[in-house]
Amino acid sequence: MNLHEYQARELLKAAGIPMAEGGVAATPEEAARLAEHIGQTVVVKAQVHAGGRGKAGGVKLAKNPAEARDQASRILGMTIKGLVVQKVLVVPAADIVSECYLGLIMDRESQRPLLMVSPAGGVDIEEVAAKTPEKIHRLAVDPRYGLLPHQALGLALTLYRNFDQVRAAAKIMGQLYQAFMENGGSLAEINPLATTPDGRVVALDAKFVVDDNELDRRADLAALRDESAEAPSEVAARRASLTFIKLDGNVGCVVNGAGLAMATMDLVKYYGGEPANFLDIGGSSNPEKVVNALRIITSDPAVKVILFNIFGGITRTDDVANGIVTATRQFKVDLPIVIRLTGTNEREAVTILQGVGMQALNDMDDAVKRAVALAKEAK
Amino acid sequence: MSVFVDATTRLVVQGITGRDGSFHTKQMVAYGTNVVAGVTPGKGGQTFEGSVPVFHTVAEAVRATGANSAVIYVPPTLAAGAIAEAADAGLRLIVCITEGIPVLDMTKVMPLVRDRGARLIGPNCPGLITPGVGKVGIIPGSICAPGRVGLVSRSGTLTYEVVNHLTKAGVGQSTCVGIGGDPVIGTNFIDVLAAFQSDPDTDAIVMMGEIGGTDEQKAADYIAKNVTKPVVGFIAGQTAPPGRRMGHAGAIVSGSSGTAAEKIAAFKAAGISVMERPMDVVRLIKERLGK
Repeated sequence: MNLHEYQARELLKAAGIPMAEGGVAATPEEAARLAEHIGQTVVVKAQVHAGGRGKAGGVKLAKNPAEARDQASRILGMTIKGLVVQKVLVVPAADIVSECYLGLIMDRESQRPLLMVSPAGGVDIEEVAAKTPEKIHRLAVDPRYGLLPHQALGLALTLYRNFDQVRAAAKIMGQLYQAFMENGGSLAEINPLATTPDGRVVALDAKFVVDDNELDRRADLAALRDESAEAPSEVAARRASLTFIKLDGNVGCVVNGAGLAMATMDLVKYYGGEPANFLDIGGSSNPEKVVNALRIITSDPAVKVILFNIFGGITRTDDVANGIVTATRQFKVDLPIVIRLTGTNEREAVTILQGVGMQALNDMDDAVKRAVALAKEAK
Repeated sequence: MSVFVDATTRLVVQGITGRDGSFHTKQMVAYGTNVVAGVTPGKGGQTFEGSVPVFHTVAEAVRATGANSAVIYVPPTLAAGAIAEAADAGLRLIVCITEGIPVLDMTKVMPLVRDRGARLIGPNCPGLITPGVGKVGIIPGSICAPGRVGLVSRSGTLTYEVVNHLTKAGVGQSTCVGIGGDPVIGTNFIDVLAAFQSDPDTDAIVMMGEIGGTDEQKAADYIAKNVTKPVVGFIAGQTAPPGRRMGHAGAIVSGSSGTAAEKIAAFKAAGISVMERPMDVVRLIKERLGK
């Protein structure tokens, strides 16, 4: 789960990291008050989970409180990549002497949190990695011992010459690691970590991604979720314990298992169609899940056909069949449905579907081809 | 011969009295797996289905029954603890089925697993099966058949899809291993490829990968240098958009890396025959085996 910048700032501030002042505003008046309190030129930044906020006009400079009010009223309510801006962050447009990068990610290869630092901050770190990889220094931290003082110091020495700044940066690395471990991080970033004209080292920006698997046991982190910043269909899917990702095509897919769901989308494309979504109904079979899945998919006006691809293992295919029948009784499904199911309790499932005049196919390729053909006819 | 599970396997089921644990224990027993014990703290002294003794701890189960392998069906927040318990009890094989374990929990338990010399498969995996001999986990026995093709995969039901194609075409399997869809897993492609390469009962290998990370690229490199048996491969997620987690915690394209195209190119460069569709597995395996 991505946190908003203002939420990430709070989290890192709580860990003791010196953060440039500023605050979050939901109205133009609040933005003006923040600018007044800051007392210098400020940056007003849209808080949405989308890249390219600056290009979309969601990041603006304001020289005084009145300008901050104007910019905030322009940005609040605007739509960036389909998401309506509900909040803006107001921060000082800092005088910056140098910009560094600090980041922590969960590294698959070492199976440890990987600390990355670079003196080339302020820009996209992937670009630095691609063009000047020698400017990134890495350390996989052993979680048994944590980030040791000499390790942090060694990395900080690659960033600064002034030893007070080296010490300050090393301390911030330790605090960032602490915040990462205590809040179930899968990514934590400060970009840039800036030095000011008076020599202080401060974080100007903050990014934090929480491992979704932490949310069940961490109500405090789960409460940071901002559903208004997500597509409504994805919110509905999560509430129904489904994994759903909206795509741009017109073949709605309902599949059990993430790997098979991806392979089904790929096969739709292979046969000349476009998948409308990724949807994994998961392992345990519950007819209610199928009903919810159908409700979510049919609410997308782009969908022309619904394709079920179920390989029963833990999932009982008769449960899925019952879910389909229940759904078509609860609400009108005006779209053609192509059903492929095989595996656990397949015979029962076929009987259930035949009882309401529906057919089930046994082969994945046959089903995908038929769904793609129906989607084309519907155009 | 077979890989990881064989006639000497003596299995303890952690979480045997839970909904998933009890259902799949019955399935494993029916398939012929030697389930010698179950563990559920607080339910020690009971007997599961009139034949499997239940203990409070894995250590007790090992002392009483000589168990040497474990399968884990406990809830996500307790699962890393269950892995640690199995490793501490000296089990050689630990298969963790549980999905949704916080990744930080896995990073903390992995050093312990390595220190104890245990092999962990998973988490978030379907387990493994040696058709006709036994299974540890949840892969349906009915779709498998004994034979000489080894299969390793990051996913569950996609594995079933491919195994089903093989079995229907009369191509049996030596062992099928699901290594799991999480970013931090105990056994990777290379571990299983090495086992298949040295297994005299495996003639060819099917490898099912997906987007996210670089494990497939590393495996391709390993195959080019160390694997002499023919390998057929698949990558799921060609249509997946960047930056979105496609169900599996590990299946996410970050920036320009971890894409399907990148992985398929690595496969081809290593001499792996790449399936465009799951059904292609039969034709490619037969081609590579000269049948």
